[in-house]
Amino acid sequence: MSVIRALHRAFCDNALSPTELTNCFFSEIHQQNPFLNAYVSLTQETAHQQAQQAELSLQQETLPLLGGIPFALKDNISTKGLPTTCASGMLREYRPVFSASVWESLCQEQAVLLGKTNMDEFAMGSSTETSVYGPTRNPLSPQDSPGGSSGGAAAAVAAGLAVYALGSDTGGSVRQPAAYCGLTALKPTYGAVSRWGLIAYASSLDQIGPMALCAEDTALVLDVIAQKDERDDTSRGLPPTADGLSLPVAGKKGVIPVEMMQGTSESVKQAVWDTAHRLENLGVSVETVSVPHLAFAAPAYYILACAEASSNLARYDGVRYGYRSDCSGAGFHQAVCRSRWEGFGEEVRRRILMGTYVLSAGHHQQYYQKAQQVRRQLQQDFASLFSRYDFVLSPVSPTAFLPLGKVSGNPVAAYQADLCTVPANLTGLPALALPSAVYEHQHPVGVQLMGRRFEDAFLLRLAHHLEGTGTRPPLPAPLATLLNREGIA
Amino acid sequence: MIEFELICGLETHVELLTQTKIFCGCSTAFGSQPNTHCCPVCLGLPGSLPRLNRQAVEYAILAGLALHCEISPLSHMDRKNYCYPDLPKAYQISQFDVPLCHDGWVTLSNGRTIRIRRIHLEEDAGKLIHQDGRTLIDYNRCGVPLIEIVTEPDFRTVEEAREYLELLQTTMRYLGISDCKMQEGSLRSDVNVSLRPVGSEALGVRTEIKNMNSFSYMEKAIRFEQERQAGLLRQGLPVEQETLRFLPEEGRTEPMRSKEDAHDYRFFPEPDLCQIPVSDELVERLRRTLPELPQAKQNRYQQELGLSEEEARLLTRYRKIACYFEEVATEIQSPKYAVNCILGQIFRRLKTEDDKERAEIPVPPAELAGLIGLLEDGKIRIDLLKSTLETMLDTQKSWKDLLRPEDLAGISSEQLEALCWQAIADSPKAVNDYHNGKEKALKAILGLVMRGCRGKADPIEAEALLRKLL
Repeated sequence: MSVIRALHRAFCDNALSPTELTNCFFSEIHQQNPFLNAYVSLTQETAHQQAQQAELSLQQETLPLLGGIPFALKDNISTKGLPTTCASGMLREYRPVFSASVWESLCQEQAVLLGKTNMDEFAMGSSTETSVYGPTRNPLSPQDSPGGSSGGAAAAVAAGLAVYALGSDTGGSVRQPAAYCGLTALKPTYGAVSRWGLIAYASSLDQIGPMALCAEDTALVLDVIAQKDERDDTSRGLPPTADGLSLPVAGKKGVIPVEMMQGTSESVKQAVWDTAHRLENLGVSVETVSVPHLAFAAPAYYILACAEASSNLARYDGVRYGYRSDCSGAGFHQAVCRSRWEGFGEEVRRRILMGTYVLSAGHHQQYYQKAQQVRRQLQQDFASLFSRYDFVLSPVSPTAFLPLGKVSGNPVAAYQADLCTVPANLTGLPALALPSAVYEHQHPVGVQLMGRRFEDAFLLRLAHHLEGTGTRPPLPAPLATLLNREGIA
Repeated sequence: MIEFELICGLETHVELLTQTKIFCGCSTAFGSQPNTHCCPVCLGLPGSLPRLNRQAVEYAILAGLALHCEISPLSHMDRKNYCYPDLPKAYQISQFDVPLCHDGWVTLSNGRTIRIRRIHLEEDAGKLIHQDGRTLIDYNRCGVPLIEIVTEPDFRTVEEAREYLELLQTTMRYLGISDCKMQEGSLRSDVNVSLRPVGSEALGVRTEIKNMNSFSYMEKAIRFEQERQAGLLRQGLPVEQETLRFLPEEGRTEPMRSKEDAHDYRFFPEPDLCQIPVSDELVERLRRTLPELPQAKQNRYQQELGLSEEEARLLTRYRKIACYFEEVATEIQSPKYAVNCILGQIFRRLKTEDDKERAEIPVPPAELAGLIGLLEDGKIRIDLLKSTLETMLDTQKSWKDLLRPEDLAGISSEQLEALCWQAIADSPKAVNDYHNGKEKALKAILGLVMRGCRGKADPIEAEALLRKLL
């Protein structure tokens, strides 16, 4: 069952108080975090205030469902007055003067923010190794990476250091770490969740998404954060998803693009087929299809993401905020160059340079416009796919786990590993990563479901039904212990 | 010697008079304390997002309609990337490949048509203040909405360029979408200048003079550039394509940057903003709100009211003056006296451009119309009208309080005859001179008569009577 609902019931039954729960989580964080490096800053003061508020509401019997439940935010989601660093030397001292809409929404629910989680610098990476704070370990197998870029958030939830977390997903950054850490995570339809306060990587691809221990928790969090927001022109909101999780799925049709299966490990293939099999047992058919243009998805994605990033990150010049090199006597341009060279890490610099290159006169047509063409083609391909099928089933990434230290040397190989996740960002479609019943290397192997625009609810419903077939991994130990001790679970 | 023809085009920035900035709710007020009209959006803080001000879009469409442009049914904003300290996002949100308005035209008084290539919407940058060897930045102006109006290279004389820019200023002010104050920077123009041998069809290499913020500087800059280029061409030297600034004190241009280090703006569509749909309904609704524009008004004044071109041009240059004139003119029989009063006594008091633009005239139009009505009814004569109007402008009093009943009563032939006898009696020397053939002496006696009747008598009639009596 839903961990959030279980804890909420425990609050209502006075079996546990929000403050007690918060303390439990912090003591667990203090034990595990020095090793895992999931959190880069803790927000104890804010957490305790929120917990106390939740207690007041509890007394008045007005406690919202997420009230008093501890969670974590990826460190690129702005929290007013609290560090928001994007795991970059550039923003190490930065304190935003305003909060992200998602944090405001959760604040209203009296959710308890434990801290900000580690990530690849400016969300550029897929292993949380480009962070200025150093890599995060995977709690399921400490020699491995939790994935990225929302690796800290995934590790925190998988280790029982948060009930859920919000990450951001530009090319798979909540889904891939969820797959490596045995979690459920949704990249919502583009526009479902406001980007106000999310520090941009690639604006046309970025979306904030929930990462949790089951489909229902994911849905409950999504319903709070997926609100139309006047401050984000691209925001549309989403109808509630959690209520319809148990609606029937029989008769629905899914499809596996064969291109997404190519070059994947045995366990990953098995995970997809096992999931297909379970779906068939639920009365859902799964076929295979070829989508040839998928071959261009990863290159197109990297061109567009880098192009937008080169523009989005151009503002970090050290003039008004952020890292400023000691540049007394230097002219404006020299001072900016030096601050940026010193403030950004290698991967960020690489992507800024690539993005600047693909947009520059003489290359614009060859790269940027070509990539836009691919993007439109993929949008058409998927639109036609979804006129015949209700969802797409695929792997999340080609392997089931990612050893630490293996990515950094070969960026191009790492970029190609994003083949299965980037189409959802290029098309704006919702995509959900969830664990399968297949294990390798202590990891449940993740699979991905993609759906129609604004039909995020349907993906959560499928995942919820799949959990019913026994795919759900065990709860993180600290959380299992806590729930057992209180006789909640 | 080869004669060259001037080829000139203008790119004019017009700041829009919206209450708030183009992408956030900050005030656009000019002249406030530095950095007091700023927020995360216009400062480009990480995580902030722009929202397009619909009023700015409507203002830009109004400008487009006034300049006979096509309005794009679907346009979008683009990012223009460049690094400068007055641009906090390091990109300007502008429009690149699909401007809001395109393909318009205006006609000049010499009958030539100037084509408008495009009008696009964009945000202004902040302002750098160089002071005591340091550079300070004021971001108040950052995000103030602008339109950029780009002509084809259709100007052939400096006078045409000036007339166009004045017409643009007047038109924008009539629309109420900009105050177009050059000295405050709400109207500024870049000028492209090239030359070609008279009779040639090909365009020469052009230079661009940036940021002209006065009509006379613009004229001087074009003339200087015209001479400079002609000098080069006559010596067989090439004109370099470059960006120039004009130095008003020295009356010359100097290069800002050459073609080699021209910016690569790396334009791409702004992903933070949705496309801008403009429906036919919106365009039609805005078209219906268009006021009568200066050229149409001028034509009407000439054709329907019989004003001279000069009178019509002067009256229509400032919308409030034109309104004032029209309010007076509708209440009287002929606009002639209204024209004379406004262009004469009233204009003398509105010394600066600003005064004329504000047109704060202490005499309400109905008052002036009433006064002119007395003249048209023959109750007062022109001298009395002028002196009364002068007093009204000074004191803001009504003519009703300034003119005595007897001033308005007119004068009977008996009264006039009595006045004449009196004047003859009072000026024996003049009478004597007149009888001795000094024609001029009659004027002195006539003066006494006119003074005696406070100008109410018809001087011709009075003179005739005097001759008879003498």
